[in-house]
Amino acid sequence: MRLSKLQAELRGWKNGMQYEVVIGLEIHAELKTKSKMFCGCRNVFGGEPNANCCPVCLGMPGTLPVINRQAVIYAIKAGLAMNCKISEFSRMDRKNYFYPDMPKAYQISQYNIPLCHDGYVEIETDDQTKRIGIERIHLEEDAGKLIHDPNGQKTLIDYNRCGVPLIEIVTRPDIRSPKEARLVFESIRTILEYAGICDCRMQEGSLRADVNLSVRPLGEKALGTRTEMKNLNSFRAVERACEAEARRQIELLEKGLKIVRETRRWDDAKQASFPLRDKEENPDYRFFPEPDLVPIVVDADWINEIKASLPELPESRRKRYIEQMGIPSYDAGLIASNKAVSDFFDEAVKICGNYKLVSNWLMTEVLRLVNEKGEAVLPKLTARRFGELMVYCDNGGISQASAKKVLEMLCETDEEPCQIIERLGLKVQRDESIVESVVNKVIQDNPRAVADYKSGKTKAFGFLMGKVMAGLKGNGDPAQVKEILARELKSSKD
Amino acid sequence: MNIHAKTLKELSKMLINKEIGAVELTRCFIDNIKRQDKELNCYITVCEDEALEKAREAQKLLDAGKNISPLCGIPFAVKDNICTKNIRTTCASKMLENFVPPYSATAVDKLEEKGAILLGKLNMDEFGMGCSTENSYFGPVRNPWNTEYVAGGSSGGSAAAVAANLAVFTLGSDTGGSIRQPAAFCGVVGLKPTYGLVSRYGLVAFASSLDQIGPIARDVTECAMVLNEIAGYDPMDSTSVKKASEDYSENLDQGIDGMKIGMPEEFFGTGLDPEIREAIFKTAEALERNGARIEKVSLPSLRHTVACYYLISSAEASSNLARYDGIRFGYRNPYAKTVDELYKLSRAEGFGREVKKRILLGTYALSSGFHDKLYIKALKVRRMILEDFNNALEKVDCLIAPVYPTAAFRADEDNSDDPLTKYLSDIYTAAVNLAGLPALAVPLGLDKCGLPTGMQIIGKAFSEKILLRAGYAVEQITGRVAGVEKRHAV
Repeated sequence: MRLSKLQAELRGWKNGMQYEVVIGLEIHAELKTKSKMFCGCRNVFGGEPNANCCPVCLGMPGTLPVINRQAVIYAIKAGLAMNCKISEFSRMDRKNYFYPDMPKAYQISQYNIPLCHDGYVEIETDDQTKRIGIERIHLEEDAGKLIHDPNGQKTLIDYNRCGVPLIEIVTRPDIRSPKEARLVFESIRTILEYAGICDCRMQEGSLRADVNLSVRPLGEKALGTRTEMKNLNSFRAVERACEAEARRQIELLEKGLKIVRETRRWDDAKQASFPLRDKEENPDYRFFPEPDLVPIVVDADWINEIKASLPELPESRRKRYIEQMGIPSYDAGLIASNKAVSDFFDEAVKICGNYKLVSNWLMTEVLRLVNEKGEAVLPKLTARRFGELMVYCDNGGISQASAKKVLEMLCETDEEPCQIIERLGLKVQRDESIVESVVNKVIQDNPRAVADYKSGKTKAFGFLMGKVMAGLKGNGDPAQVKEILARELKSSKD
Repeated sequence: MNIHAKTLKELSKMLINKEIGAVELTRCFIDNIKRQDKELNCYITVCEDEALEKAREAQKLLDAGKNISPLCGIPFAVKDNICTKNIRTTCASKMLENFVPPYSATAVDKLEEKGAILLGKLNMDEFGMGCSTENSYFGPVRNPWNTEYVAGGSSGGSAAAVAANLAVFTLGSDTGGSIRQPAAFCGVVGLKPTYGLVSRYGLVAFASSLDQIGPIARDVTECAMVLNEIAGYDPMDSTSVKKASEDYSENLDQGIDGMKIGMPEEFFGTGLDPEIREAIFKTAEALERNGARIEKVSLPSLRHTVACYYLISSAEASSNLARYDGIRFGYRNPYAKTVDELYKLSRAEGFGREVKKRILLGTYALSSGFHDKLYIKALKVRRMILEDFNNALEKVDCLIAPVYPTAAFRADEDNSDDPLTKYLSDIYTAAVNLAGLPALAVPLGLDKCGLPTGMQIIGKAFSEKILLRAGYAVEQITGRVAGVEKRHAV
């Protein structure tokens, strides 16, 4: 609802002006390497303050950084997964600034030669695929955390996070709505998860986004003055912050006021952003090449090796589901958006080739179980056992209701589907003579219903069907039962 | 026992043959430091107890008698910008007056592993910035040959300590001449290795792309023996180079027959003291008589050296020294009310005048609006200088050149109205650092005032063996510079 309201606002203001929102994202993702970017300290979240630190990440005099090769590989993976070109030659640069969270007083980052550049990601908007440019992905180190004493007397510093490898993903200003901003962020999250390079725990800050946003009159080529919003740690926060900021900027313009280029902090609880009190709005970081590190040289062989280690990515899977398996676009997108679900699906369809049946069950029953019990239910179920159960469903070996029962049980036990079906006698009963005898018994035991049916009360047929199915312990094949019941009723005496 | 007259090799032999004990030898040097260093001020910190303890350990190695390094039991000392575990490392700055690193530099570790005994930490220009060791928070170093003169800098303590027998050998660091110039001023041998040959891990950075640790000793052989131990790839320093190890001390006496030695004409122009020019020319003639071929070469971009050097070194220094902000280590102003005030006051009070000047210069060179005109341009000039050296060294095996325009100058000169003259004097040495090449400073004797003169031998990257061989030949011609040893006998 909020979205449509904003859209209405964008389209028609009092004076008839229409606006367009222009958004670019800067996404920071911590890489889940074993050790930090430039030293051997463990890369783990939390822990006793300053427990995961050493002279190198504390920037002590005389120490030197040594680059973590795994971090370079992960950054290249991110680049390849986002269709980027990989720089054959790049280097680390120093970004100089004084702040106590950065013990060297400079951050080792990449300035004019990022490791990856000129890629894109795709999002689905209104059943259209839209391409959003990725300007660059560069490698850098994270800073420590300042903890301000609530009494305001002291500030404590925890350097555990200092030196954790990060990539910064910068999109082009191709995003045109708050919803698209959310979709891009979600899409990048999914890609990072697929590539296995970031654990994407937003509450721990391992994935965070800054938003650059401006508005301009629809049709105008030049970009408006942009603001930057920081501290966005959920998809909803990104969407809401974009909406609020777009509205704030439009309101200013409508009042004939100018937009100030500034950095703002989004407060999700208050649903509003506030300017950061930066003394220097355009700090001079005095970038220069990091002399303590040698350039990063990446050759084609190395890129191919890294490329080969990437799994099939969500966009490719989504297309495969739609084009090769005939799965509806929405379902295909949903399955592909979660690597665990998608892997589960791909393995299950290797066993049961009825793609639609498997995807329907996955979308309804399995995802319901995931929602109830969490993602851990997938490895418990195992895609193989789910696939085997689907084989029974596909060839009519068991009823829909029985299959649901078996699925529930698979979450609890290690039994094979065939064992459960055998033990509980859930196999569909198709032996005609057995079905016939049950039908005849039902006709015999329910003369009233039979009479009702014969006098034209068709409802009675359903009642008799139910009785037969119950007589078959629910394992009758409805089509077969229907056919035999109709036949036997016709031939029975009045 | 005439310890002062013994070479490192002879001392090592005496230790192995039990003619002297490691503790006794260490004690000799500590006594000499106590006797003489009040006047010279080479040492910022003497670690007597630790040294004697290390000497006892070294004696055990000597007594065990297997695979004994020639440096085992040999007392040495290092410049105070080279980190030493649990021993304060001050960089001769108030900023780090009480800084005790929990780690040692790789070079120090390597020497100590071999049983060499660390006597203490040597005085220097603050953070390596200066050429006289007068910019020290701990007072100036005096030249052992004449205490009215400076020892040179920034490794003034390292050179003077060797000249005055306050250590058998020392380590210095050379960013723009800081090993070679004080070695020349004090009449000792100093080697600035190829960039990347010796690990910089634990060397407190001044200008990371130029800094290099190197040995200072009384003769070429000793320098080679120390280089043998400290050279080599270090996984802790990405800029150190992986290459097969060499024995720098072998075949030093092989001679220079057929060696092609270049004399860059730009190094012998105006500004060079005629006595030094004369000494180098005479040496060149002698080398020629010994079979070398002397050729004139040219380094046209040399005249840009000083500007290029001061831009790059100060730019890097402004970033390297930014970590001294009073937050985690080093000097902190106790009265600051805000974090900005803490930065400003701690840095204003913790750094000396020359350091602040360089930080300002470097910050300016990197600032937007000047970055391209100054810093980027300096990087281009740096490449030109390297190309000039490469061109010259294609034709010859090594170059000989002066180290400094003059011999040691008087202490306490007031240069405050002429800050550039001293900077300009770095012209012969700084170009070598910009090109990342090795250079060996060797003494050529004494001038009319009785002060040492020297020259440097510059080579291709990783051609230390050629330089040492040429240096050895020079040593045979001029002899070990004698004289100072008598004044400072152990």
